[in-house]
Amino acid sequence: MGIKVFKLPDLGEGLTESEIVSWHVAEGDRVELNQILGEVETAKAVVELPSPFAGVVTVLHEAPGSTVNVGEPIVSFEVAGSGDPSGNGTGGRSSNGAATATEGGREANLVGYGAQAEAAGAPRRRRRAGAAEPGAGVPVASTAPAPEPVAAAPAQPAGELAESGKERPRSTPPVRKLARDLGIDLAEVTGTGEQGLITRADVERFHTGATAGAGERGKEQPAATTARAGGWLAGAAERESRIPIKGMRKHTAAAMVASAFTAPHATSFLTVDVTPTMELLAKLRDSRAFSGIKVTPLTVLAKALCIALERNPSLNWRWDEANQEIVRQNYVNLGIAAATERGLIVPNIKDAHALDLRQLALALGELTGAARSGKTAPADLTGGTISITNIGVFGIDAGTPIINPGEAAILAMGAVRRQPWEYQGGIALRQVVTLSLSFDHRLVDGQQGATFLADVGTILAEPGMVLTMV
Amino acid sequence: MRSVSGENLVQLLTPEGTRVAGPYGEWVADIDGARLQGLYEDMVVVRRVDQEATALQRQGELALWPPLLGQEAAQIGSGRALRKDDFVFSSYRENGVAYCRGVDYTDMIRVWRGNAPSGWDPYEINMATPQVIIGAQTLHATGYAMATKLDGADSVAVAYFGDGATSQGDVNEAMVFAASFQAPVVFFCQNNQWAISEPVTLQAQRDIADRAPGFGIPSVRVDGNDVLACMAVTREALERARSGGGPSFIEAVTYRMGPHTTADDPTRYRDPNELEDWKGRDPIDRLANLLEAEGLLTADFTDRVNAKADEVAAQLRHGCVTLPEPGELDVFNNVYTTPHSVLERQRDHYTRYLASFEAAGGGAR
Repeated sequence: MGIKVFKLPDLGEGLTESEIVSWHVAEGDRVELNQILGEVETAKAVVELPSPFAGVVTVLHEAPGSTVNVGEPIVSFEVAGSGDPSGNGTGGRSSNGAATATEGGREANLVGYGAQAEAAGAPRRRRRAGAAEPGAGVPVASTAPAPEPVAAAPAQPAGELAESGKERPRSTPPVRKLARDLGIDLAEVTGTGEQGLITRADVERFHTGATAGAGERGKEQPAATTARAGGWLAGAAERESRIPIKGMRKHTAAAMVASAFTAPHATSFLTVDVTPTMELLAKLRDSRAFSGIKVTPLTVLAKALCIALERNPSLNWRWDEANQEIVRQNYVNLGIAAATERGLIVPNIKDAHALDLRQLALALGELTGAARSGKTAPADLTGGTISITNIGVFGIDAGTPIINPGEAAILAMGAVRRQPWEYQGGIALRQVVTLSLSFDHRLVDGQQGATFLADVGTILAEPGMVLTMV
Repeated sequence: MRSVSGENLVQLLTPEGTRVAGPYGEWVADIDGARLQGLYEDMVVVRRVDQEATALQRQGELALWPPLLGQEAAQIGSGRALRKDDFVFSSYRENGVAYCRGVDYTDMIRVWRGNAPSGWDPYEINMATPQVIIGAQTLHATGYAMATKLDGADSVAVAYFGDGATSQGDVNEAMVFAASFQAPVVFFCQNNQWAISEPVTLQAQRDIADRAPGFGIPSVRVDGNDVLACMAVTREALERARSGGGPSFIEAVTYRMGPHTTADDPTRYRDPNELEDWKGRDPIDRLANLLEAEGLLTADFTDRVNAKADEVAAQLRHGCVTLPEPGELDVFNNVYTTPHSVLERQRDHYTRYLASFEAAGGGAR
């Protein structure tokens, strides 16, 4: 008998990580060669993983939802003999499970590359073919450097299983370890996870004395109260927890970092009295042409931005680093930042410069409707030239918006507030808004940014001034 | 969408497994029960090889694998029509053809394991090593065929490529040369409907087979999931070439039921209903239906075939996982047939570079 470790291979030409989607087997299950162990999702596809060994699954190293680097162990097996039905054992590299368990992941896979960094100093070399390598069927003892669960798992649970013939409580290795550390028998804990999976929270609840009822939500409340009494933030079951960085959050983060550390941001602020715009909106809402159409300060701002761009086109250009060129974009694809359930997206209105106020209002309505219902088409998310973010909806006045990558500027509109304001030589309550403009200082000089912002402000402060601009 | 059945499609075996008569029938009149069983075995084994190699990729034993699932009839039907002295120039997906040529299973996966720059000696099995450059092998085949003609031999060069390749300049150039010099070459296009994610309907506004007559090359459109029809049209084309009739073009209408390669996810660009439609035309199922109707699909026979498939799969796996690692200097072998000073200098530099690690005390680790 021996332990073999299946390490995550590079499943698609140069990938470095994959996410475990699901396991089709449980620890303790006997599997055949090529039996599907589970599914993993790479950046390219969701694929099934066939078992490289015939034997008993001793450890599932990663829980569904976790992201694993290529070369890291995902499943350990206890196999009879060499564990390789093809009669492998002649010392080829791919008596790999055992061989790789003895050293870092670097050699783990033919096409993958391990996660561990090489030791400092002279680069290590690959072993020569035929150089001494542990053969197949290495005793458990020699796999000592492998991750703890490998060594810990086989003896006890496997035996338990064999004797009782009963299914072991479903859980994950870290939770199992937690239970062991706390002296809790998992058989006594009721799992609330998928298909009765015992989660970390279940164990902690059990530990604090609160029994989680079998799926009864009502009974979870006392536990939460207990947690709060311990001084944790509302609803939290533990002092801190970790959320893997992936999906939308990961992409948003990458885009923000790319933008913030590629385009030197400069931000200008302008606070303007937009009472005339608000009066104009009131008139429009009463007009027949705009009946049934939602026109808001954002609509006017979008139009004002397009008009101001005519006079300050560089805020709509693109910096093409690869070709060392500035791309003059003689059209406006106006992005509107939208907070959705999935996260931040910036769909854009194509050729916004060619739309009149009514058409812009309709386009904005469609765009936000699609974003809200999660139906934004992929094409709407690419090709933007400049963006607007409406931070006023959150009751905020000003901030430094981060430019949508690839664009030259982003304009944030704050909340429209009634404020005491200088008006006709006296002080009056006026409707005031602050605009924040971030621009890419590589493309746009301070003067152009300032002029653009002033133009937008002028239009909002006195819409009639458009007559002097077009 | 153009039809995958109908008048202009040569078919000798319906999806239900009924053998139909027709002018092409006489080309396979000699295929009796035993030969049918042989073709069935070939297809089952090749599918099993494909599955095993796909699993090996998922297990980290192969870097990549291009599955042929669904294209067994096109490859076995044509591959079994060839003579030993014919020469095959294929793309990377023709593992079924390679099987017919008698390739060693380990040689089949050598390249995909990243173990060697090419898998086998082309002259041992009269099949060039697979070409990854799309369509380039059609030029190689045409050149080989032109030389064959100069030699006065009656062997034929067969180029295998896909629907996507027909948009490449190489394929069109090859067809011009083949027609101009009446080279004994067969262009065997497996139209599997998808050039990675691009549907054939986008790049071919008419049937691909329609293009060949424009080059002066006779063409035929065949049901690529019908092993008998594929064999019949290939035999016809080979006979034309052997008797001085010049090149032929075959469009085998089939379907790539799996991904383009193991690094591809076809569900992102394909309608799942399409796959269901094609499952109803499965090349192996339809031959099984015929064998069943003729009382040839006995338990004995299927057991034997499955045992053979298991055996081949086990050999493939064993060969794969026990393949010795190449030596550090092997990369310099077989680059030129004769000594080459620049290469020698590179080998020398690399040898000394490697030796520097030994000197640094790192040893073999």
